[in-house]
Amino acid sequence: MASDRIFGLVMLFAAAGYIFAAQQAQSGFMSDPIGPRAFPTLIGVVAAICSLFMILRPDPDPDWPAFRTLLSIAFAVVVLIAYAYSLKPLGFIIPTMFAAGLLSYQLSERPLAAVLAGIGLALGLFILFKFVLDLGLVGISEKASPYVPFLQPMIDVVGSFFGWLGSLLPDFRPARAGDT
Amino acid sequence: MDIISNLALGFSVALSPFTLGLAVIGCFLGTIIGALPGLGPSNGVAILIPITFTMGLDATSALVLMTAVYYGAMYGGRISSILLNIPGDEPALMTTLDGYPMAKQGRAGDALVLSGVASFVGALFATIGLILLAPFLARLAYQFGPAEYFALYLLAFCTLGGMASNNQAKAAMASCLGLAIAMIGVDDNSGLPRLTGGNLHLYDGIDFLVAIVGLFAVAEVFFFLEGHGRGSSIGVKLEKVRIPWADIVATKWTMLRASGVGFVAGVLPGAGASLGSFLAYMSEKSIAGEKGGFGTGVAKGVAAPEAGNNSAAGGALVPMLTLGVPGSGTTAVLLALLMTLNITPGPTLFTDRPEVVWGLIASLLIANVVLLLMNVPMVKIFVKILMVQPWILLPGVTMISFVGIYSLSGSYFDLLLMIGFGVLGYVLRKLDIPTVPVILGILLGGEMEGAIRNAMVLGNGDWTYLFSSPIAVGLWIAAIAGFVAPMFLRNILARPQAVED
Repeated sequence: MASDRIFGLVMLFAAAGYIFAAQQAQSGFMSDPIGPRAFPTLIGVVAAICSLFMILRPDPDPDWPAFRTLLSIAFAVVVLIAYAYSLKPLGFIIPTMFAAGLLSYQLSERPLAAVLAGIGLALGLFILFKFVLDLGLVGISEKASPYVPFLQPMIDVVGSFFGWLGSLLPDFRPARAGDT
Repeated sequence: MDIISNLALGFSVALSPFTLGLAVIGCFLGTIIGALPGLGPSNGVAILIPITFTMGLDATSALVLMTAVYYGAMYGGRISSILLNIPGDEPALMTTLDGYPMAKQGRAGDALVLSGVASFVGALFATIGLILLAPFLARLAYQFGPAEYFALYLLAFCTLGGMASNNQAKAAMASCLGLAIAMIGVDDNSGLPRLTGGNLHLYDGIDFLVAIVGLFAVAEVFFFLEGHGRGSSIGVKLEKVRIPWADIVATKWTMLRASGVGFVAGVLPGAGASLGSFLAYMSEKSIAGEKGGFGTGVAKGVAAPEAGNNSAAGGALVPMLTLGVPGSGTTAVLLALLMTLNITPGPTLFTDRPEVVWGLIASLLIANVVLLLMNVPMVKIFVKILMVQPWILLPGVTMISFVGIYSLSGSYFDLLLMIGFGVLGYVLRKLDIPTVPVILGILLGGEMEGAIRNAMVLGNGDWTYLFSSPIAVGLWIAAIAGFVAPMFLRNILARPQAVED
């Protein structure tokens, strides 16, 4: 009951704000009968009606998880946000080790397994993305690499191995759209 | 014979070693994605789209790979249904009803092979149906103007929302949420930004891939955390796998009937594979009657939902390719793939890019054979993969989603947005608000607004122009019926609950 009502109320305010924001849109030089405001306004009105229905006729509450579980979900969100911010400045490998390891620990609660999962996933996925799928991914950014002694040479070795492996395969892959 | 020459064109595209290789890889990946609980077809395809895009595959190759994944996931969903009593994806729910009891009787191998064959029959039936029906529907779609398209989009929202949810207000709310998000960014018509709140990151609008991966894949992470990755141990034994010829022969009419039912359900916009397997199972149950023993582990109960599910998956491609209106969550994701590749689905696709359409259809036929070969003798390999622990699987899937989105734009803002969509998806699903209409809204919002604005230009601002043709009126009536009817049918169409241990 309460969950639906709260969500409905939030959506009602959001719809009102959306309708208000839609009125700020400016018309262009091209004239069309309904302009850029009508359709968003219509959506906002329909959403507001649905919100009223949710407030007036709510469904029974879902089973919300225990507070501890909600806390662990919130922790996962924080880990992911930190991961999002750190990918560019630190490169792929180091943030992935930490993020994957922490998520893994939340599921298994075994520290050793989590550490292994973090390291294994970071390196395995990096090899997969960088050398097998050929995505442009920075393993360790230049700023961070002096602090991590062995990784950069390892990446170079693995890269040259896959380059050698690739040279053995017959080249039946069609040219890419961007290749010249 | 148009069809023969078209198919010849298709096979000439699909039989190149590279495309063939992609189809095989796609089938393998797809079966794994379908089999792993919590990583359904929509999730799997959504995570893979940004990666295929960044790999720079051309349109046909990317499409072949992803549809092979799509078909593969439909095959794979049955594996965990039968062995774990957990549907690998939503449409496989019906397979648990007879598949799991059959496995508990020590006939897990039989159930897996039988359902594999049923999947093959259903998918083959649907692909043939697609070949026959799609060009016809594409010709019909030439009659569609903006007013008809607007009504068609409305129909998709109404039926998808009406069927997928238990509460019409919540389904409509989800559609509005998606449409509202689609409006953010530069307005195509005037070239001026709107609803961005002055945030420069939002001027390009919100990338639908970010929303899809967030709502499907990241939200799944939170559900996994909530469930502590429970229920992933295999409770039944799988001995040597033999081919149960007697069961296959005994269920041949069941498979065909279920395929027919499933295909029709798949073609209807907004209905999709879940409804296909559901209707197939229920109709076979009523044909077999009380003595049929449905629900106790009979062969027909395994064959019917699997044939229906795979047939509906193929059928759902018909409206997606010919009209640009997806029939299910996964086809919505495939539509996103087409839009990423700059292919506009619709009638013109069949005349302007026949190599794409027929190459796709030919590779569906190939993928289907590959899948049968993979899923019958090699089923044990997939069962092994099923035993991957969640504490490895889940972080892996998360990191793959992040890398996919990150490599699209290289911006942390999209990643933050994706996490936001993940939280939103978790809350929505908790509150029983369907997320597929949100995706559909984000995908179709621009087109829908364009259609209504063009219609108003053509009709000189007269609202009655929207109802000016018989096709448009028919679509409006169908839309209203599709939205209202499920309220009354809900008691009749109540889904049977999964069997408890």
